[in-house]
Amino acid sequence: MSLAKRIIPCLDVRDGRVVKGVQFVDIRDAGDPVEVARRYDAEGADEITFLDITASSDDRDTIVHVVEHVADEVFIPLTVGGGIRKVEDVRRMLNAGADKVGINTAAVFNPEFVKEATDRVGSQCIVVAIDAKKVSGEGENNRWEIFTHGGRKPTGLDAVEWALKMADYGAGEILLTSMDKDGTKSGFDLELTRTISDAVSIPVIASGGVGNLQHLADGVSKGGADAVLAASIFHFAEYSVQQAKQYMAGQGIEVRL
Amino acid sequence: MSQIAVVDYGMGNLRSVSKALEHVVTTQDVIVTSDPEKIHNADKVVFPGQGAARDCMKELAERGLVEPVLQAAAEKPFLGICMGAQVLLSHSEENQGVDCLGLYDGEVRFFGEGHRDAQGQLLKIPHMGWNQVHYKTHPMWQGIEQDSRFYFVHSYYMAPADDAIVMATTDYGHEFVSAIGRGNVFAVQFHPEKSARDGLQLLKNFTQWDGKED
Repeated sequence: MSLAKRIIPCLDVRDGRVVKGVQFVDIRDAGDPVEVARRYDAEGADEITFLDITASSDDRDTIVHVVEHVADEVFIPLTVGGGIRKVEDVRRMLNAGADKVGINTAAVFNPEFVKEATDRVGSQCIVVAIDAKKVSGEGENNRWEIFTHGGRKPTGLDAVEWALKMADYGAGEILLTSMDKDGTKSGFDLELTRTISDAVSIPVIASGGVGNLQHLADGVSKGGADAVLAASIFHFAEYSVQQAKQYMAGQGIEVRL
Repeated sequence: MSQIAVVDYGMGNLRSVSKALEHVVTTQDVIVTSDPEKIHNADKVVFPGQGAARDCMKELAERGLVEPVLQAAAEKPFLGICMGAQVLLSHSEENQGVDCLGLYDGEVRFFGEGHRDAQGQLLKIPHMGWNQVHYKTHPMWQGIEQDSRFYFVHSYYMAPADDAIVMATTDYGHEFVSAIGRGNVFAVQFHPEKSARDGLQLLKNFTQWDGKED
């Protein structure tokens, strides 16, 4: 027995409220991040990730308060991402009680920011989020590129090289999202996950495309991911985190039950 | 009111540690402080920490906290967490070598790149996530099942010279020491403040611990 593979529910938060319609029949206020986080903790979630999708950067304070409230009551690791651009943003989130901070677009436009952040707060606090899309054609060797703006803008950066660079710059972990799969419910891009996971020496969280429990298990057993992240399958109470863990354990995957 | 002091030396998640303690205390007061006198006057001391060994030792020295921390470790129930456990040993390999507090003989070592498990799977560094803790009987483990999982995040591990201070071990490619202690001192590599129910139980045990090994 050894280190467990992690299951991480992800919550989108806008203006301090959970969006994407979290649906739990027995929850009082499904928009309250504290209640939802408490629920996931009770179900056995290994970590919780908050993605701040607040449109205006003027409203950043709201997510800080959300993190404070959740961290005061939920005692598992919390990651916060969305709109993190400066070391000051990272510090604020950590001081509010976040354990890790996700950096996405800002890393693409200013890779040195990742170096600066990991140097100041330590690698273990920095998750670099990578949004990748397959750009190779039929019959060609697989190639994925980094995209920004929700998968609309190509950057010309090769996903494998980028992941290696981010690890070299001190990232403690990579949150890898397939923009081809995100929202499709057809499973992770397992080739992408396997390729990145084999390339880097830091943990990789697979994300994008989960529609059922087999997809989660495949992310680990076929994709080689250290952790799997999903949103909608947990929010709509299709499956509980506990069910997901039981399912994965049934396939011989080590999980925290 | 009896007091638990969380030592603040600018390294890490003090809010999480103090909130988790507040969650489990009944009558005690939890304070976060860098004041040597408050540390001296507290009934119990929690010594957390994350980040690099070099920075931790530098911050402790600059804030005049080396003596107060060692003094607390000499006389009252004392809980080290993560980096706060590692720096109790004499030396760390991190940052090209750093001399630590030296409360116990021993080295803090790097897990090493290219490490593989029995199935040949690459072991990622940092060791991040929930791993099992196999403990030796001690009041701090009360109410916690043998081999329970706690949340870890670290790239270096403790290798104390004296096996007698080993309070728990964990497996990650090889067995490593995940808790140490002697007398009134107990120190863990994992983060009890982030380890859900079992972590809170360990913190609760600390709030009730009289500083004796049995």
